[in-house]
Amino acid sequence: MSTAEKVTVLNPMGFPPKVVEKSLAPRLSTLDGKTVYLVDCRFDDSDVFLKQVQAWFGEHMPSVRTVFKPISSVYLKDDPTTWEEIKARGHAAIVGVGH
Amino acid sequence: MTIEAQYGVPTVAMHTDKFDRVVRSVAAVNGMAELRQVFVPQPVMGKSPRELRAYVDGRDPLTGRPVMQEVIEGLTTPLDGRGIGTVEYDRSTPRLVEPDAEENLHRLFMENRWTDYLPIVLPTEERVAAMLAGTRRKPDEAVGRMRPTHFREAWEYTVEKVAVNAVLAGARPEYFPVILALAATGVSARGSTTSSMAAMAVVNGPIRNEIEMNAGTGALAPYNHANATIGRAYGLLSQNLQGGSVPGLTYMGSQGNNYAYNSITFPENEERSPWEPFHVQHGFRATDSTVSVFSGCRATAYTLGLREKHWREHVRNMLRGMDPHIPPVFVLDPITARQFIDRGGFTKKDALIDWVYDNARMPAGEFWDYQLVQNYLYPRATFGEEPWATKLRAAPEEMIQMFKREDIHVVVVGGETNGYWRIMGATYAKTASVDDWR
Repeated sequence: MSTAEKVTVLNPMGFPPKVVEKSLAPRLSTLDGKTVYLVDCRFDDSDVFLKQVQAWFGEHMPSVRTVFKPISSVYLKDDPTTWEEIKARGHAAIVGVGH
Repeated sequence: MTIEAQYGVPTVAMHTDKFDRVVRSVAAVNGMAELRQVFVPQPVMGKSPRELRAYVDGRDPLTGRPVMQEVIEGLTTPLDGRGIGTVEYDRSTPRLVEPDAEENLHRLFMENRWTDYLPIVLPTEERVAAMLAGTRRKPDEAVGRMRPTHFREAWEYTVEKVAVNAVLAGARPEYFPVILALAATGVSARGSTTSSMAAMAVVNGPIRNEIEMNAGTGALAPYNHANATIGRAYGLLSQNLQGGSVPGLTYMGSQGNNYAYNSITFPENEERSPWEPFHVQHGFRATDSTVSVFSGCRATAYTLGLREKHWREHVRNMLRGMDPHIPPVFVLDPITARQFIDRGGFTKKDALIDWVYDNARMPAGEFWDYQLVQNYLYPRATFGEEPWATKLRAAPEEMIQMFKREDIHVVVVGGETNGYWRIMGATYAKTASVDDWR
């Protein structure tokens, strides 16, 4: 077969799911007087890092109440109990650390 | 993403900078490309509080902007007014590649990361048709879904798509039922974990001899066409059918793993094993043909035979050296399998497994201090999940079992040139019927 001859081959990739766009939650006008949950994913010393984030808020934005909150189990499991608490008692969340 | 989208709480996600491509991609395919994400330097693991405070006080390595300023802005800066999601993005994969010269197609396949960087067999329609003759199943029949990691989207694939990848690997049509069974497990041989894990596939039943697999000398090495190409096909179909295995995006293995070249694929040496075959232990008949997949393959401990005086201590030492997060699979040459019977009286595999379970122990304090145990077992223990919750209450010096009994396995393979054997750290996933795909 000549190397210049064109060959037809099949694509080896699988079929991806469709992407459905989701909207973000409205942002807060200010963090003053608000409760921010610091959500620890419990992976590779995330707790140590988030405790430093909490300390930063204490020093620089004392009007912000922070709640250090480890997820209930391993990060592989959904945690609706924690999400419900955040929704009920918090105004915002910082989740860390993905790595 | 859940807190933001399902519970309506404004959220900022913080990650280390090595994961920027991954997290942006995951957010995008989940329809949340605008998710607020802030980055700090890698690593966080092992850093002191003082060092991590420097991260917090410092700058995002990717943007150069102060980390906490980005966090606060992420929670307070108004959105740009995009509507509630009704948009769907169709990303169908075409059946054919644009026709081109062979040389160009080989380059294209490599540039698209559709290969393992070894020469491939181009999947022409004729070759794929020949491969499809290896099964009675229809080309457009769905086989399964696969993803590189649990937080990424799962991609679907058909019999024909598996055939394309089997051709790439150089497999023969008579191997195709085994390859389809591997694809049907949905267990990726290209898992994306920073730990660089590989897969292992153990074939049982009559199919082994029908397609002339090698369970003897050199079984785990490149000395048999079926062993080599079935294993290679498992890797290629995983990376291509799950949406890719791209370093930094869909593959995060820090060092990589040489086992991934053919995913440690071999048949169990049932004929020379003194015990029942692996698939029979898991509910199949001896006359069934199956393939069993394991994930998390990284660590290997090995030695020669079992010494009469100190074999117990030697085996305990090997087990003690394993990371307790991944359970042991004993991969025994038939000589060593018989030695376990001679030395320990283990006339059944279950008896050996019982002994391993009871003797693989370490002090509780050491056990709970392993990083992977902290990541994956400690949270489950605090949640009350057993047996971890009880182990967490053990005194630091108490010798606790390292593994769950049901996670310990034994397979027999090898050509009896000597009694070398190994313990592979590997997690058993499932056993799939090959006969279903004939």
